[in-house]
Amino acid sequence: MIAWTIYITFAGAVLALLLPRAFARWIALLATIAGVALGLVALVRTPIADLAHFTTIVRVPWVPALGMNYHVAIDGVSLTMVLVTGISAVSTVLFSWDVEHRQNEFFFWLLLVVAGCYGVFLSADLFLFFAFYELVIVPKYFLIAVFGSTNKEYGAMKLTLYSFLGGMLVFIGILTAYVTAGTLDLNQLSQFQFSPQLQAWAFPVLFLGFAVLAGIWPLHTWAPTGHVAAPTAGSMLLAGIVMKLGSYAGLRVAVNLFPQGFQMWSKWIVLLAVIGIVYAAAVALRQRDLKFVIGYSSVSHMGFVLLGLGAATALSVSGAVLQMFSHGVIAALLFAVAGRMIYRRTHTRELNVLAGMNLSHALPFAAFTFIIAAAASMGIPGFSGFAAEITILIGAWKTYPVAVWITGAGMVLVAAFTLRALKQSFFGEKDGGLHLQEARVPVDSDWNEQQSITAAEKCGACLLMFTTLAVGVYPKLLLDRIMPAVEAMRFLK
Amino acid sequence: MSYFELLKLVSPETIVVITALFVLAFGLAAGRAKSSVTISMAKPAQSGSDTSTAMGICSVVGALGLAIAIGAVLLLPRNAILFAGMLVITPFTSLFKIICIALAFFTVLLTTSEKSLRHPGEYLALVLFATVGLMLLVGSEELLVIFIGLELLGLSLYVMTAFEKTDARSAEAGLKYFLFGSTSSAFTLFGISLIYGMSGTTSLAAVSEKLASVSVQPLLAVGIVMTLVGFAFKIAAAPFHLWAPDAYQGAPVPSAGFIASASKVASFVVLGKIVLVGFAPLHGDAAWHAMVAGWSPVLAALAALSILVGNLVALAQSNVRRLLAYSAVAHAGYTLIGLVAGDRDGFSAALFYATVYAITLVGAFGVVAMVRRETGGDDISNFRGLASRSPLLAACMSVFMLSLAGIPPLAGFFGKFYLFSAALRAGADHGLLWLVTVALFGSFISLYYYLIVLKAVFVDDAPLPAARHANVVSADLLPRTIVAVLAAAVLLLGVAPQALTAQILAAIP
Repeated sequence: MIAWTIYITFAGAVLALLLPRAFARWIALLATIAGVALGLVALVRTPIADLAHFTTIVRVPWVPALGMNYHVAIDGVSLTMVLVTGISAVSTVLFSWDVEHRQNEFFFWLLLVVAGCYGVFLSADLFLFFAFYELVIVPKYFLIAVFGSTNKEYGAMKLTLYSFLGGMLVFIGILTAYVTAGTLDLNQLSQFQFSPQLQAWAFPVLFLGFAVLAGIWPLHTWAPTGHVAAPTAGSMLLAGIVMKLGSYAGLRVAVNLFPQGFQMWSKWIVLLAVIGIVYAAAVALRQRDLKFVIGYSSVSHMGFVLLGLGAATALSVSGAVLQMFSHGVIAALLFAVAGRMIYRRTHTRELNVLAGMNLSHALPFAAFTFIIAAAASMGIPGFSGFAAEITILIGAWKTYPVAVWITGAGMVLVAAFTLRALKQSFFGEKDGGLHLQEARVPVDSDWNEQQSITAAEKCGACLLMFTTLAVGVYPKLLLDRIMPAVEAMRFLK
Repeated sequence: MSYFELLKLVSPETIVVITALFVLAFGLAAGRAKSSVTISMAKPAQSGSDTSTAMGICSVVGALGLAIAIGAVLLLPRNAILFAGMLVITPFTSLFKIICIALAFFTVLLTTSEKSLRHPGEYLALVLFATVGLMLLVGSEELLVIFIGLELLGLSLYVMTAFEKTDARSAEAGLKYFLFGSTSSAFTLFGISLIYGMSGTTSLAAVSEKLASVSVQPLLAVGIVMTLVGFAFKIAAAPFHLWAPDAYQGAPVPSAGFIASASKVASFVVLGKIVLVGFAPLHGDAAWHAMVAGWSPVLAALAALSILVGNLVALAQSNVRRLLAYSAVAHAGYTLIGLVAGDRDGFSAALFYATVYAITLVGAFGVVAMVRRETGGDDISNFRGLASRSPLLAACMSVFMLSLAGIPPLAGFFGKFYLFSAALRAGADHGLLWLVTVALFGSFISLYYYLIVLKAVFVDDAPLPAARHANVVSADLLPRTIVAVLAAAVLLLGVAPQALTAQILAAIP
C-alpha cells in the first residue's frame, strides 16, 4: 500500500497542472497529506520483523528483454525516509500557501520532486531507482529558476549541473554493476560477489556520485548557493529531502553493492565528512545572509550523516539514518523561518539589518519557532538532532575515535553560529531606529502586506516542531525499525 | 517470377512514387491557376490563399499516399529475397520502412503550415521521392542498390534544402550540402568498387563470406574506411559534419526536420547492415586494453570525436536550429556506440535510439517552425516567454529537449541506458568503458545547452506583447496537434519502451 505514495503524488502533480488555479494548492495539500497518512499506516501496521529486510510490495515485469522490473519494496530505512518526505512535503505546501505567481506550475514541479523522492526511497530495481533519482533534477531547476530569489538563474544552473554530474558518475557505477551481475534487482545485487578489483574503482565512482547530492566536502558548494536562490519551498525540499537522496542512495546502493570497496574507502569518507562538518560550521559563522548560514549548516549536518555511514558500525549507520530524518525536519523548519516568516515580512535576510529590527516583538511566533529549530539544530537533548548525533558519535567511537573528538569540537562551532544567527535575527540589541516598514525593499511582485503569521504557516511549523520533539523524546520509535534493517545489510558482516 | 508478383513486392515504393507524381501534377495545376490570376492583377493576398489551397490539396494527397503505403507494407509477405538481395523483405525491413514512412507522413503534415513555401507541389513531391530513397536504403542488401538509394535520397534533400529560393542562407546551405554530399558519395562509390574488387560481388551476404577468408589488407582497409566515410557524412558524424549546421539553419524548417529524422534512421539502418552483415568478419575490437584493427575502432573514434565536438560546439550556439545541428552530431556519436558494440543488443539499442531521436527532432522542428512564424526568427531569444504565449508548445518543447538530454521518464533516458549497457556488455572486461564515459561526459555537457533553451521558454519574459499572436493560435491547429502527438509518443516510449524494443528485437535477424 505504501507504493500508493508514489502514484498519488504523481497524479496530484498532473492534476495540479491541469485543473484551474484555485484547486492547485488544495490538490497539493491533499496529495501530500495522503503521503504522510500512508506512511503512518505503514509505520503502525507493518510488523517490525518485516521491516528488517527489503520486503517486496509490487513487482511487475517492465522491460523483460533487459531484466527491468517495476519493483517496489520497503524496510525500516525506507520507511523512515518516506515518513520524513511526507512530513516535509506537507509543511512545504503549507508554507507555499500564498504563492500566486504561476501557481499550477509551482505545485506541479513541487509534487514532481516529492514523487521522485518517494520513488527513490521505495525502488528495489536499480533502473527504476535511477530513473526516479534523475527525475528529481529538472523540477528543482524550474522551481528555483522561475520562483526563486537572489541570483536565481545562477544558483539553479549550478545546482542542476552538480546534480547531473553526480548522476553521470552514478550512471557509470550502476551500468557496471548491472552488466557485471546481469541483474537489476537490488536484493539479488546485494548477494552478488563483485570482484575486489572492480569494487576498488566502482565504489568510489558510485559513492562520490551520490555524495555530490548529499553535499560532501569539497563538492558541497552547490548547496548554499542553491538554497539561497531557491524559493522557501524549494529550500525546504532541497535541504529537507533531496540531499537525503544522496546519502540514502549511498547506503542502499553503493555501500550495499560494493562492501569491500566500501571498506577500502571508508576512512576517506570519514575524513571528508569531518572536514565538511568543521569547515561548513566555520564558514556559517562568518555569513551575513541568514539563508547562507542555514545553507552551510545543512552541509555541516549532512557531514554527520556521512560520518555515520563512513564509521560503518550498526549503531553509527542507524544514527546516520535517524539524522537524515531529523535533519529533514529541522532544515525545513529553519528555512521556513528564514525564507518565509522573516523574509516575506522584512524583505531582507541580512543579519545586520535584522539585528536592528528586534523582530521578536513583531513576530513572536516566528521567534518561538526559530528558538525550537535552533535548539534542535544545536543538538539540545530532547530534540531529534541530539538523539541522532549522539547515536552517530557513540557508534563511530569504536572505529574512528579521533574523528569523534574533532567532530565534538565542531559541534561547538555549530552551537556558536546557530546562537549568533538566532540572536541577530530576533533579539538584536542595537536600536538603529529601523522599523519593519522602512527596512522593506519591495522586490517581489507577489508579496503581500500581511504582517502576522498566517494559519497555514502556523500549522506547518507546529507539524515540524511536533515531529522533532516526538522523535527527540522517543527515538526508539524509529530506531527499532532502522536498526534491524541496517544490521541485515551485508557490509556489517 | 512474373512481373505482377514483382509489382506486389515493390507495391509500397510504387505507391509512394505514384503519389509523388500526382502531387506534382496537382501542384503544377494549382500553380498555373495562380499565375493566370496574377496576370489578371489580382490582389497578392488572393494569390497567397491560392498557394495555401494548393498546399492543402497536395499535402492531403501526399499524406494519404503515405498512409496507403504503410498499409501496403503491412500486406507484404513476411520474407522474400529478390535478385540476390537487391530487394529484401523481412520483418526488419518492413518495420523500418513503416517507421520511415511515418516520419515522412509527419513531415508532410507539418509542411502544411509553411505558408511561405512557393511551390508546394514540387516540394512535397521531393519529400516523397526522398522517402522512396529511404525505402530502397532500408530494403536492400546489395551495395549498388544501396548506393542508388543514397543518391536518390541525397539529390532530393539537396533541392529541398535550397528550396527557399529568395533566401541566401537556404541557397548557401543547399550548395554546401551538395558539395560535401557529392564528394562523400564519390568516396562511398570508390570504397564500394574496392570492396567489389576484393570480393567479386556486391551482395552483402556474399561479401561477408568472401571476406571471412581474407586478412585485412591495406586495399581492403582503404575500401572499408572509404565506404564508412560516405555514411559518416550522411549521419553527420564528426569530422564529416560541416554541412549540418548550415543545412539545419538555412533550409526550410520541414526539410531540416526530414534531414534530421527519417534520413538519419535509414542511414543508421543501412550502416548497421553494411558493417554487421557485410563486414562482419572484420569487426576488430575497440576495447582500450585490446585494440584490434577492423571497422569498430574506426566507428569508435568517430563516435568519441562526434560526442566531444558536437556537445562542446553546441555550447556556444545562440540559434536553436544550429544548436540542434551540433547536438545532432553528438547524438550520431551516441548512436554509433551501439554499432561499435557490434552485437544484436547493440544494433537494437542503436536503432531504438535513432528512432526515438528522429521522433524527437521532427517534433522539435515543428515547434521551431511555429515559433519562427510567430516571432520571425529562431534564435534562442525568440523562444523567450513561450510558456506564457503557448503553454502547449512550451510543454512539448520541454519534452523534446529533456528527452534529448536524457532525463527520465522520457524516451531518451531509456535509450541511453539501453545503448550504454549494450556497449558495456559487448566488450570483454568492460572494454568499452572509455567510450561510455566519454558519452556520459558529453551528455552531462549537453544538459546545459538544452536547459538554456528551456530557460528562455519558461523563465525569461516575453519581449513582445501577447496580443499580436492571438490570430496565429487557431490557424496552427494541425501542426499543434501533430507536435503534441509526437511529444506524447516520446513520453510513452520512455514509460513503456517495451512497445518498440520488443518489435525491434523480434525483427532483427
